[in-house]
Amino acid sequence: MPDLLAGLFVLAFGLVGFWQASAIPVTPLYAQVGPKAVPYVVAACLTALGVGLVAAALRGGWSAQIAEVAEAGPPNLRSLGWLGAGLVANLILIGPMGFSIAATVQFVLVAAAFGSRSMARDVIIALPLTLLVWFLFVQGLGVNIGAGLLESAILRLMGQEPV
Amino acid sequence: MEAINGLSLGFSHALSLTNLGWALLGCFLGTAVGVLPGIGPALTIALLLPITFKVSATGAFILFCGVFYGAMYGGSTTSILLNAPGESGSIITALEGAKMARNGRAGPALATAAIGSFVAGGVGTLGIAFLGPIIVDYALVLGPAEYFSLMLLCFVTVSAVLGGSALRGLTSLFFGLTLGLVGIDLQTGQPRMTFGLPELFDGVNVVLVAVALFAVAEALHMAWTHAEGKAQLMPVGNLWLSRADLKRSFWPWIRGAALGFPFGVLPAGGTEMPTMLSYYAERRLVAPEHEHEFGTTGAIEGVAGPEAANNAAAAGVLVPMLTLGLPTSATAAIMLSAFQSYGIQPGPLLFQTQADLVWTLIASLFIANVMLVVLNLPLIGLWVRILKIPTPQLYAGILVFATIGTYGISNSITDLLLLYGIGIIGMFMRRFDFPVAPVVIGMILGPMAEQALRQALTISEGDWTTFITRPGSLTILVVAGLALLGPRIYKLWARRSLVG
Repeated sequence: MPDLLAGLFVLAFGLVGFWQASAIPVTPLYAQVGPKAVPYVVAACLTALGVGLVAAALRGGWSAQIAEVAEAGPPNLRSLGWLGAGLVANLILIGPMGFSIAATVQFVLVAAAFGSRSMARDVIIALPLTLLVWFLFVQGLGVNIGAGLLESAILRLMGQEPV
Repeated sequence: MEAINGLSLGFSHALSLTNLGWALLGCFLGTAVGVLPGIGPALTIALLLPITFKVSATGAFILFCGVFYGAMYGGSTTSILLNAPGESGSIITALEGAKMARNGRAGPALATAAIGSFVAGGVGTLGIAFLGPIIVDYALVLGPAEYFSLMLLCFVTVSAVLGGSALRGLTSLFFGLTLGLVGIDLQTGQPRMTFGLPELFDGVNVVLVAVALFAVAEALHMAWTHAEGKAQLMPVGNLWLSRADLKRSFWPWIRGAALGFPFGVLPAGGTEMPTMLSYYAERRLVAPEHEHEFGTTGAIEGVAGPEAANNAAAAGVLVPMLTLGLPTSATAAIMLSAFQSYGIQPGPLLFQTQADLVWTLIASLFIANVMLVVLNLPLIGLWVRILKIPTPQLYAGILVFATIGTYGISNSITDLLLLYGIGIIGMFMRRFDFPVAPVVIGMILGPMAEQALRQALTISEGDWTTFITRPGSLTILVVAGLALLGPRIYKLWARRSLVG
């Protein structure tokens, strides 16, 4: 019953919306339509749609009628696992290690998710590319995205102080 | 005739070698930043502001306008090729453009976007020269009541992207409306839907959500359904527009440009509303034999129209800035501050006091427009090669690219969490056949509509009839009602007359 889960998720989302709408502090300013009115309306509609989806799911669901979903096999957990690892690795590494290293690790893991066989080759592609992008952003456009370990080392080699 | 004299004066200045050089540099920079996600023309012009101390006013503004127009050209490229829109005006382009690219029609999609931009840029610039001051007078009559009605009209466009089921389509729309509510309420300063997290007080960036739902969710869904050991390459196909493509693109370009320009002139217009309306119009007006291409293999009309609307609206934005000193977009605001650093005050008198500068600027817009189409058409062959990258490296590259854009704007890991989290929701939406476009439309229109509604009711002292007693507002509401109910009534009537 995956459709039921999707319906319940929407229902829960609507209820969270209600909770957050009720948590908006009451404003002392007078207004015909205050800051709470629209959130309440939106949450109410979302909850009603959630109820509708749950009802549709209980009557047999809609996935079975969609050819693309009905024909598809089970989810490819290996592939999703590698891709998820790539996203998590980037989130963890981008702070302490800097952009280039985090993005390279992400690139290699995502490429592996889609069946790339040579990790070494992916590193050789990704590292210069991400470094180039970093320099483009920081030196070319002046957008500071923070120098990590690798970027600082290269800047020092070039005789500049890392930002 | 004043405009024609002005233009010939303008061209005589703009065609000097230095000024052509500035225009070329601006076009080149603009195209480059347009391609990068997250970096838009506003930021680039802000970074270039210091040159106002060294360069003549004319040169600087030619450069800025080149960047501005160039970014509009470049913005569609990533939308079409990577399904990752660079700015909010090209989100709608991604809907059909990315589908065309997936089906071996990336070349025609990019070409129709570039030529559409050229046509619309030309129409828009003519509009600045001849119609600008007149339209502004009308635009200023519109109040919040009319804006709210305009947004209701735009909500009608959602029906074009709802997909197979109204229940699931509306769920997507309300998900978007909920995301749009996140952040500080502009009228009362109360935080809403933020779970008390200060990181969410600024709201959720709509480009971030579009990249998450289009690009990240697509990569995740590809992994979900990935078949091991099967290497797939995207077909690249023809690079250039066929005669049929050209014929199908022509009217969408014109309609898109005509829709876009007035919205750009509106003080609260922007590029999002006209692109949505143009998409809706093209979907309704498309020839029956091509109707099935919308949302499946990608219809060229759905790229040509919105892309023209986007560029014409961008040109329109310059009108209130020049004639009233009223910036209606972030980019215009920064250009206004550049005017001020030269001691020039844009406003009703600008066309008299600084005639040289204004007409040179307008002439340069024409020149930049020609330069851009000449620069961009040969680049199509190069861009399309991106699709020849093998799947593993292409999707790895798309995810890294999406990450850079998001992290580059804010330096915030919270935004990356949002990008990936919404991407995961998008993957499930795709699995359960929820359309993603209504989410983005809800996010853009929701906050604008709410503000307009509340302002209108504040002005009318709580009188809800203000929306139907003001003639402008009533007219727009009638158009919205016709757009929504017209086709159904027509069908009903046709069936009746068939039976009778």
